[in-house]
Amino acid sequence: MKPARFAYERPGDLPALLARLATAEGSVKLMAGGQSLGPMLNLRLVEPDLVLDITGIPELRRAAIEGETLVLGACVTHADIEDGRVPDLTGGAMARVATAIAYRPVRNRGTIGGSLVHADPAADWVTSLIALGAEVELASTSGRRRLALATFVTGALDVALAPGEMLVAVRIPALPPGIAWGYVKHCSKIGEFAHAIGAVRIEPDAGRGRVVIGAIERAPLVVAEPHDLFGGWIGPDFADRFDARAADALLREAGMSDPVARHVHVTVLARALRQAASAPPSLTRTIGEAA
Amino acid sequence: MSDANGLTEGIGARLPRKEDDRLMRGRGHYVGDLRLPGLQDVAFVRSPLAHARIRAIHVPEAFRDRVFTAADLEGVLPIRAVSGLAGFKVSEQPILAKDKVRQVGELLAICLAPTRAEAEDIAAAIVLDLEELPAIHDMLAAREPGSALVHEDWGDNVFLETLVDVNFASALDAPIKVSRTISTGRQCMAPIEGRGTVVHLDHRMDQLVVHTASQMPHIVRNGLAECLGIEQGRLRIVSPDVGGGFGYKAILLAEDVCLAWLALRVGHPVRWLEDRREHLTANANCREHHYRITAYAERDGTLRGIDCEATVDSGAYSAYPFSACLEAAQVASILPGPYDFPAYRCRTWSVATNKCPILPYRGVARTGVCFAMELILDAVAAEAGIEPWTVREKNLVRADQMPFDNITAKHFDSGDYPQALRRALEAIDVGAVRARQRTPEPDGRRIGLGLSIYCEQAAHGTSVYSGWGIPMVPGHEQAGARLTPDGGLELRIGAHSHGQGLETTLAQVAHEILGVPVARTRLVHGDTAMTPYSTGSWGSRVMVMAGGAVAAACRELSLRAVRIGAHLLQTDPATCRFEAGRVVGPSGDVGLDQIAHTWYRRPQDLALDVDPGGLEVTAGYKPQRDSGTFSYAAHAALVAVDPDLGSVEILDYVIVEDGGTLVNPLVVDGQLYGGLAQGIGTALYEEMRFDSRGQPLASTFADYLLPGPAEVPEPRIDHMATPSPYTQFGVKGIGEGGAIAPPAALANAINDALRPLGVAMLHSPVSQHRIVEAVLAARAAASSSRKAA
Repeated sequence: MKPARFAYERPGDLPALLARLATAEGSVKLMAGGQSLGPMLNLRLVEPDLVLDITGIPELRRAAIEGETLVLGACVTHADIEDGRVPDLTGGAMARVATAIAYRPVRNRGTIGGSLVHADPAADWVTSLIALGAEVELASTSGRRRLALATFVTGALDVALAPGEMLVAVRIPALPPGIAWGYVKHCSKIGEFAHAIGAVRIEPDAGRGRVVIGAIERAPLVVAEPHDLFGGWIGPDFADRFDARAADALLREAGMSDPVARHVHVTVLARALRQAASAPPSLTRTIGEAA
Repeated sequence: MSDANGLTEGIGARLPRKEDDRLMRGRGHYVGDLRLPGLQDVAFVRSPLAHARIRAIHVPEAFRDRVFTAADLEGVLPIRAVSGLAGFKVSEQPILAKDKVRQVGELLAICLAPTRAEAEDIAAAIVLDLEELPAIHDMLAAREPGSALVHEDWGDNVFLETLVDVNFASALDAPIKVSRTISTGRQCMAPIEGRGTVVHLDHRMDQLVVHTASQMPHIVRNGLAECLGIEQGRLRIVSPDVGGGFGYKAILLAEDVCLAWLALRVGHPVRWLEDRREHLTANANCREHHYRITAYAERDGTLRGIDCEATVDSGAYSAYPFSACLEAAQVASILPGPYDFPAYRCRTWSVATNKCPILPYRGVARTGVCFAMELILDAVAAEAGIEPWTVREKNLVRADQMPFDNITAKHFDSGDYPQALRRALEAIDVGAVRARQRTPEPDGRRIGLGLSIYCEQAAHGTSVYSGWGIPMVPGHEQAGARLTPDGGLELRIGAHSHGQGLETTLAQVAHEILGVPVARTRLVHGDTAMTPYSTGSWGSRVMVMAGGAVAAACRELSLRAVRIGAHLLQTDPATCRFEAGRVVGPSGDVGLDQIAHTWYRRPQDLALDVDPGGLEVTAGYKPQRDSGTFSYAAHAALVAVDPDLGSVEILDYVIVEDGGTLVNPLVVDGQLYGGLAQGIGTALYEEMRFDSRGQPLASTFADYLLPGPAEVPEPRIDHMATPSPYTQFGVKGIGEGGAIAPPAALANAINDALRPLGVAMLHSPVSQHRIVEAVLAARAAASSSRKAA
């Protein structure tokens, strides 16, 4: 379990990185926290010719609030978010997600950008940030563009990055009071990859919401108009109106054939809705599987 | 022995472990820490298929001098771990596979390079031409006629079949008869440190020095010498710090044979460090048992008899030295556990499959038999409509029966099993649990209580192992004790300490006799050049055996000290006694440091008739009866089960344990903590599954789940201490017990929680997926029966 030979470089600024990315021959992998790439290199699941370490670029560690949007650089770590070293517009929802990612040593090094680009279906940010309506900011030598995260993640370990392009920042819209938020994941044990994730962002007053089901071995299932999951109408009693059979049918349509897996996903989703209905988003964080 | 403050360092002292100062600061010295000039690394080419004929191994020309295959190993013999039990079929495990591979991960070629990464590059360039054969992956199917064969010349796939029948027919008219199929998953024991071997040539001694992470360096030397066909004197085995054994390192490795051969061939130091993928997919299988078990009982829960068919998946080869059948054959003799009943029948099969050889993991067969027995007892209780503890109270061996010979002639030395159960029931507070269960939990989870009781035969010796007829039979254990010229003490044992705390506890034994401070006593172990022969550390034997030998050596040293001391005191030795590290005579006393100084540095002051053996002793020991000590425990678990997600939270865990006289209760606690963690892994998380082609389905710890800190609660431990009548100080072996009972206690607790839903979990691990699957099935059955009504 030692990696095949590769070249390693650590550019000091973004233009240099993008230039190298544009001109490098052979296969290139960007490394941020290395918490997934490291093991994949050792297992020889990837054998790049060049590893470009992007942790030496200050811009990628930046965090800022732009109006109603929180902008986090690609190399902001899960621990930065967990510990509140970066600003927040989600009433603590981001910190609660971060707290339950893997184990603390992983959170110390693992980055939000790396997680999104790796796009492991079981990753917390992939599902939670889609539910929060986040966008990603992509850059290459030919310029920058923004993409909804739900569009960016195209499948398991698959994202819409063009050749020579990289993710530089994540843009997360505010989660104002009055919007119900719930995020529940289920793992075999604390810190392991999730077997089921439910993330819900419900606007009971406006009668709309977004339901995202994650950890399903493909890109998360996004229900942008989830009214059918609530008997056709979303109101303050949305958690009570949740129709488990409709959710089960949805998962069955999505190709989930194992009834046990469907039951677990539906249960987790119901609990995310229950959490959203019972706890306003700014309440204190909880630790454990419901965090 | 107490000092002026009433503090003691002797038997019974709760001393922190001396070795932790080094181990906890990262200063341990493991095989992987060795740095030798000219060292090169080995990566192996391993079989990607479970069962295949080898057509060819294509080695690129550029690597021809760095790659070695079976064709190169001329004169090296296969590993043969035989058994003396009638009908045992012998497997020959090739050092490198030649004609056929019989498991994923079997060794095919050695690749040598300056670094492991480069050695893996070479391994990746080798092309295998294999003809895949049907994989034998299911032990029950493998028993059937017409199955494909792991070893063609056998005619079937059964290493060994055994049958025990004691008066079985007398149970048949019992009013209660309960049958269950109970099974345990295949596991990979997982020490933090993997295996590893570094071999170099010592030209001065004309020796191959094999540094290998081993629980039994002397046994490795036996096996290695036999495979290589060289004199034992040309082999020195060094086992430095070892990061956990648990049975995984109680084996002669084909890799060790390869590395020793390779060092002879290339003449420079060579190293192989196992990586986690090799560990999981190629090397570490254990535990897989299948039971069809029937209990016969009276309506009050009194057992009339047990009938069982037990099958163990032994894997492709018989592992050296414990063999492929120790596990299954032991099942037959230890299934009755701590229970006394009058009729018994047990048939066992050790079955060969295309999996890696089964190894003896902490608890060995006991974890499986405890699981089967304790689950069937709960089934009896449910059938009889009585509490699970009532069934156990009715059938446990009683204190007034000790010493007790059970139905399979196991000799229980001492103990009060019903008392252990009573204390566990009180500690877990069964009344409060049953009251709590009457009201639904606010969070929708279900509460359950589970019990499990076992006995652990430990330090069983010659009389037991000569009957098994495996390559290793323990005899007298020996220990060396040597006073240094400044009055310090060196102890030498041939067994190995790798987590047991022997550097501390054996110093405590010595202190009890010689009074030398624990801090001034050093344990020398893990090196065949420096220690007496021993079969090593296994079977919870070392405290009893090496402890007894250290005591014997120290007693002899004290006698010699008295003779020298008496001369210095100018008195007759008969008037002197040895006390707290001093020789005390009628008119004065002299300390060990002065006695040592005199022997080594001022021999002119010694009497003419002094014992010429001086202050260095090797003494041997065997308990008065070597059929084994019987430690035991009652475990009680309280769990909360989420029926919709299958999550299990352990709310409380009680261990009432009797390990005889405890040399160091803190070390015993540590053994119980570690054993419990492993038992929780067996119960809830750990399983190596295989597909129908015999492919292992986990290759990293992301797929093979071990419990972590959040999954292992701190147990509440209550020590009983009934001395063994047969051993020094009354000590008993306790090393494995912590890992034996938890799977049964937790499964019984989960079943207690889910029984009202009509769910019974009878396979370990009781994974979340299995729980949800069973709950959904029970709900579907209930709903269809409602419809039918």
